[in-house]
Amino acid sequence: MSESVPGGAHTGGATLAAENAGRSGPGPFDPARLRDRFPIFRPEGPNAGLVYLDSAATAQRPDVVLDAINDFYRDDNANVHRGLYELSRRATERFEEARSTVARFIGARDTAEVVWTRGTTEGINLVAATWGAGNVGPGDEILLTMLDHHSNVVPWQLLARRVGARLRYVDIDESGRLRLDQLDAALKGPVKLVALNHVSNALGTINPVAEVVERARSAGARVLVDGAQGAPHLPVDVEALGCDFYALSAHKMGGPMGIGALWARRELLDAMPPYQGGGEMIDVVHPDESTWAELPHKFEAGTPNVGGAVGMAAAVDFVQSLTPAAVKEHESRLVAYGLERLGRVAGLRLFGPAEPEDRIAVFSFAMQGVHPHDVATILDAQGIAVRAGHHCTQPLMRRLGVPATTRASCWVYNTTDEIDRLVEGLEEAARVFG
Amino acid sequence: MIDRSTPALGDLFQDIILEHYRRPRNKGALQDATVNVHMNNPTCGDEVHLHLVVEEGVVRDVAFEGEGCSISQSSISMMTQMLKGQPVEEGLRLAERFKEMMHGDADAAKDKALRDARALAGVSKFPTRVKCALLGWDAFEEAVERQG
Repeated sequence: MSESVPGGAHTGGATLAAENAGRSGPGPFDPARLRDRFPIFRPEGPNAGLVYLDSAATAQRPDVVLDAINDFYRDDNANVHRGLYELSRRATERFEEARSTVARFIGARDTAEVVWTRGTTEGINLVAATWGAGNVGPGDEILLTMLDHHSNVVPWQLLARRVGARLRYVDIDESGRLRLDQLDAALKGPVKLVALNHVSNALGTINPVAEVVERARSAGARVLVDGAQGAPHLPVDVEALGCDFYALSAHKMGGPMGIGALWARRELLDAMPPYQGGGEMIDVVHPDESTWAELPHKFEAGTPNVGGAVGMAAAVDFVQSLTPAAVKEHESRLVAYGLERLGRVAGLRLFGPAEPEDRIAVFSFAMQGVHPHDVATILDAQGIAVRAGHHCTQPLMRRLGVPATTRASCWVYNTTDEIDRLVEGLEEAARVFG
Repeated sequence: MIDRSTPALGDLFQDIILEHYRRPRNKGALQDATVNVHMNNPTCGDEVHLHLVVEEGVVRDVAFEGEGCSISQSSISMMTQMLKGQPVEEGLRLAERFKEMMHGDADAAKDKALRDARALAGVSKFPTRVKCALLGWDAFEEAVERQG
């Protein structure tokens, strides 16, 4: 396995890091200038002037990611881990370099603990189907939270039905934070696994994962973290969090769709049976039985999404080039500004924590007398893209007592001016329905 | 800044639509219903419980309960006005006509039989919202099928 230098010669992210360092040095970056790195926003393109506030659904991709994918297929494409020729060796190197980049990004000690997946959803399904089938039995409990996305609910429902286990939920308080006071009581049961998201996609709540892990561990439960919304917004250190599984998606953080990673502790991966069978994941195949490849390949049947992996690594390099402190400062500014501006819109009920430090710049709200779909259509007519619906969190919507919400979600390229545009758009919606 | 006079939005949120949304007709339960259908749109959560009294092939009474956007709820309200007292066969014909209008058929949009629902013709220009307008009609067709 290759362990080459981070952001090596092939990765555009290193170039950007150098440019950023040369241009502004450490400190706050300028989101308006950063937009120039995202071709989808180019003024001469089909989306000129678009106010894109749906990055929690999928973020836009910077040029370095598009270039990295293109460069891979143009210069380095061959199947990986097979060919004995130079081109295949190079493709394999790019693929395994990408894995190392992701491993470093999430603080994994061992690159072999990083398994490529199609995304967070597949990572969770992998754990449910393999670890779950071997470790969760009749009468056992899986502890979820009211903030979980369907992708961190339904795989556990399927497992629970298959093995006769039960699902329980940690509730939220009135501001959309986990009721940690319920956690210890819930952990007194035969809980085998606690599954929660790092950050709520629907409310933007940042969950106190390390604290949940500490209590879960004392109770002998494993912890899976759905990191889909964590990785784009927060520094991730799986060892510091102390969790057992961490799943993430590239497309929420500027990488391509259809690729993601699952991190799990080596001893767990070693004990887990394979997920899917096929090429790449075997050691020796006999007519009636087979042995498995070394980690992490045991979990990677079939030709992998190599271009996707290379693109994900470029996205990681891009995010890191912005420096975590600058991203955090930018995010805090958007959160404070959004809470203040949206808080003054008449008839608007904002969900999620009121304290800026407890949330990311995801604003979920309901407007008096205007259904979220109508809000979204009126905003769309003004060139503002938001999501309206249940955000794949139907239990949470029921808990909040609403059928749906409108959600405006930000990433690194969004500006306070765009929040002003959103507020003007909402005032327009109120006028149309007034 | 865009206002109600902007063609696209004005087409969609016409006064008569907002009026049905705020004051839906035939909303509520129906004690002696002969058929009840629940239908929802899983992508957005809009839902309708449609209650019908069908006797000798005629829709004697109709009511609905539901929750959703202005387009889905006004469309259902308008539909109940149209269906009440009509033969089931005529109801099915109106459903077809309404769908034609949603697919942009200009003749259907002028069909007086569609009454208030003609105001929804503009929805055809908003492909993401066509499903909202069809929810009630889909429920009606399902009810007819169940009633047999």
